[in-house]
Amino acid sequence: MRLYREHWPQRVWLIINIHQTLAAAAGGGGGWGNVCGCWGGGGEMGQVGASGSDDAGSVWTAFEERIARASEIHEKITKIEKKEIGSINYQFEKLRLKERGLALDPELDLSRRQAIETDIALSRAELDIQYKALQGQLADLYTQWNRDSFTIETSSGEIREQRMATVVKAYRPNAMHLGQKIVFYVQKFGEFLTEEPREANTEGGIFPAIFGTVIMVLIMSVLVTPFGVVAAVYLREYAKQGLMTRIVRIAVNNLAGVPSIVYGVFGLGFFIYFLGAEMDKALFAEALPAPTFGTPGLLWASVTLALLTLPVVIVATEEGLARIPRNLREGSLALGATKAETLWRVVLPMASPAMMTGLILAVARAAGEVAPLMLVGVVKLAPSLPVDGNFPYFHLDQKFMHLGFHIYDVGFQSPNVEAARPLVYATALLLVVIIALLNLSAVALRNHLREKYKSLEM
Amino acid sequence: MTTDKAAVKSHAINMESLGRNRSEQSIHDEDITLSVDNLDLYYGEKQALFDVNMVIPRKKVTAFIGPSGCGKSTLLRCFNRMNDLVDTCRVDGGISLDGSNIYDKRVDVATLRRRVGMVFQKPNPFPKSIYENVAYGLRIQGINKKRVLDEVVERSLRGAALWDEVKDRLHDNALGMSGGQQQRLVIARTIAVEPEVLLLDEPASALDPISTLKIEELIYELKDKYTIVIVTHNMQQAARVSDYTAFMYIGKLIEFDNTDVLFTNPTNKQTEDYITGRYG
Repeated sequence: MRLYREHWPQRVWLIINIHQTLAAAAGGGGGWGNVCGCWGGGGEMGQVGASGSDDAGSVWTAFEERIARASEIHEKITKIEKKEIGSINYQFEKLRLKERGLALDPELDLSRRQAIETDIALSRAELDIQYKALQGQLADLYTQWNRDSFTIETSSGEIREQRMATVVKAYRPNAMHLGQKIVFYVQKFGEFLTEEPREANTEGGIFPAIFGTVIMVLIMSVLVTPFGVVAAVYLREYAKQGLMTRIVRIAVNNLAGVPSIVYGVFGLGFFIYFLGAEMDKALFAEALPAPTFGTPGLLWASVTLALLTLPVVIVATEEGLARIPRNLREGSLALGATKAETLWRVVLPMASPAMMTGLILAVARAAGEVAPLMLVGVVKLAPSLPVDGNFPYFHLDQKFMHLGFHIYDVGFQSPNVEAARPLVYATALLLVVIIALLNLSAVALRNHLREKYKSLEM
Repeated sequence: MTTDKAAVKSHAINMESLGRNRSEQSIHDEDITLSVDNLDLYYGEKQALFDVNMVIPRKKVTAFIGPSGCGKSTLLRCFNRMNDLVDTCRVDGGISLDGSNIYDKRVDVATLRRRVGMVFQKPNPFPKSIYENVAYGLRIQGINKKRVLDEVVERSLRGAALWDEVKDRLHDNALGMSGGQQQRLVIARTIAVEPEVLLLDEPASALDPISTLKIEELIYELKDKYTIVIVTHNMQQAARVSDYTAFMYIGKLIEFDNTDVLFTNPTNKQTEDYITGRYG
């Protein structure tokens, strides 16, 4: 160690960020998070230091190379574990469901049943072979991954041996100049946006939460717009104005005032326990008793929020329809258009800015909502994104992560609240930015439509 | 004030005297497109038209004049059943187009309105391109072939004396045109579906004198192909463009005659008072 220090004219401090699960997998010592310390000079890295290289720079370069190598291998491992083995597991599950479906169907004649059974057995054998091969590859990669190690003298003076594999990132803040610091900062920010969370959400990025929020809001928009518009068109254009429409309007306005958690309870009771359970019985009987749609998930969260925002869209669209000048409708009718044609070709395009206004308000409300989502589909850590490479690619039944809930979880449920505080602030800022972006794009679209359909006296 | 019975009687007398005395063409010699028989119209409890009887000759211009609120627009809107849009509106009596009652239950209103086109007081082009405005009626009929549409759009715009002004900007928004151009565009849009009758509801009242003149010239040209009914507040305009003129007062048809006769030698005292500007 002393010898090693001679190569380092000054003590070079570095911070390394250690990965918990990787530390466990690589058999390294427990503990995770940031470690601050100096070179210990031991382990495999010690040999590099001893074997002639005499300046700090080249040792650091060698160290970085090893980290890069380890994380490259780790990436391969993740890819195999998550993508390929994940896909095989998915297919296994499908085969299991097919087999179960066979057992549930007593009508099927014997020869057909046998044919399908052999089919299943064949595919299963094939998948087994693939799985074994991947396992072999994995074992190989793990040994390669565990090759390097180094020692570090922590700030408390303790010397620890650390596997290179457990290091997520190592950096020397004291040795950075301004440019490097900026680059580092930007990199960290990129990681925050694009990576998955680690260590009980206190480290890593928040990509799944961003993705979940955006996709939920999009599905909600797709659901709420047609329903809201159709309801408004019926109320304004077709329904006979009278007591009934007045009651419906009052009901719609009241719906806007219901506390959001009540929607969550309704979603849980009606959509999940009733609709979802019925859907499972009818469509996914072979998977029972494990529920498919009879459990909180992306679809139900979106539907619940669509219901929550429906009044906003209805009211805005109705107002838009009321503002279309009467003489334009008459102009269309006088050309021999029916009422429906007039609506479709003249009135609705002209009312589209109003619909967009409704949708903007709906999105703004839905994206920030947390309380009902906790009941109908949001979880603190979702194992995979609701969109992936396995058919049908879009998994509406999956649970998902959401920025609003992520803030709550990191801020109040995490093992180390103090350490997570910056993450809470950053996530909150990001949530605001995303809502602002969603709104801005909708506003831009509305303004474009307004310009296009502006009329003389609107 | 005369009672409505007296008005009808005087009208009838006037019609008879026309046939005997006038060298000008009389309504009896004309080919009839629309005929109105004992038409009463109510908005809720209020009666807006009282026992109107008249005929509209084919390929002539018939003008309705009268003070505001006398029911001329209401009567015009009966010809293409635009009054159906008012929930409380109720019609008694009948109107026939080429001999068949347009208020019959079996009549398809959209088809009727294709045959009886209408241009409104205020220009009301759709917020679409000039081209799409004119093609609108055809697109509704399911005609989407570009060749057909191009041809009809050009013919209609030429027909409305607008082609030369807009041929280079067919795909610009129609709302960028001047009021007079917009009104001629609306006329082009209406004649694109080739109606038999053209109803003009004060088509020039929102326009400047030059645009008004253009519209009047246009009416004169369109007369060769279409039966035209025009409502106007402007008596000079009625005298200039129309072949026949009807004077209406508080929901009743007071006098209906050859335009020259009506303006130079009205039978009815009310008509005379109105055209000489003593009331209304």
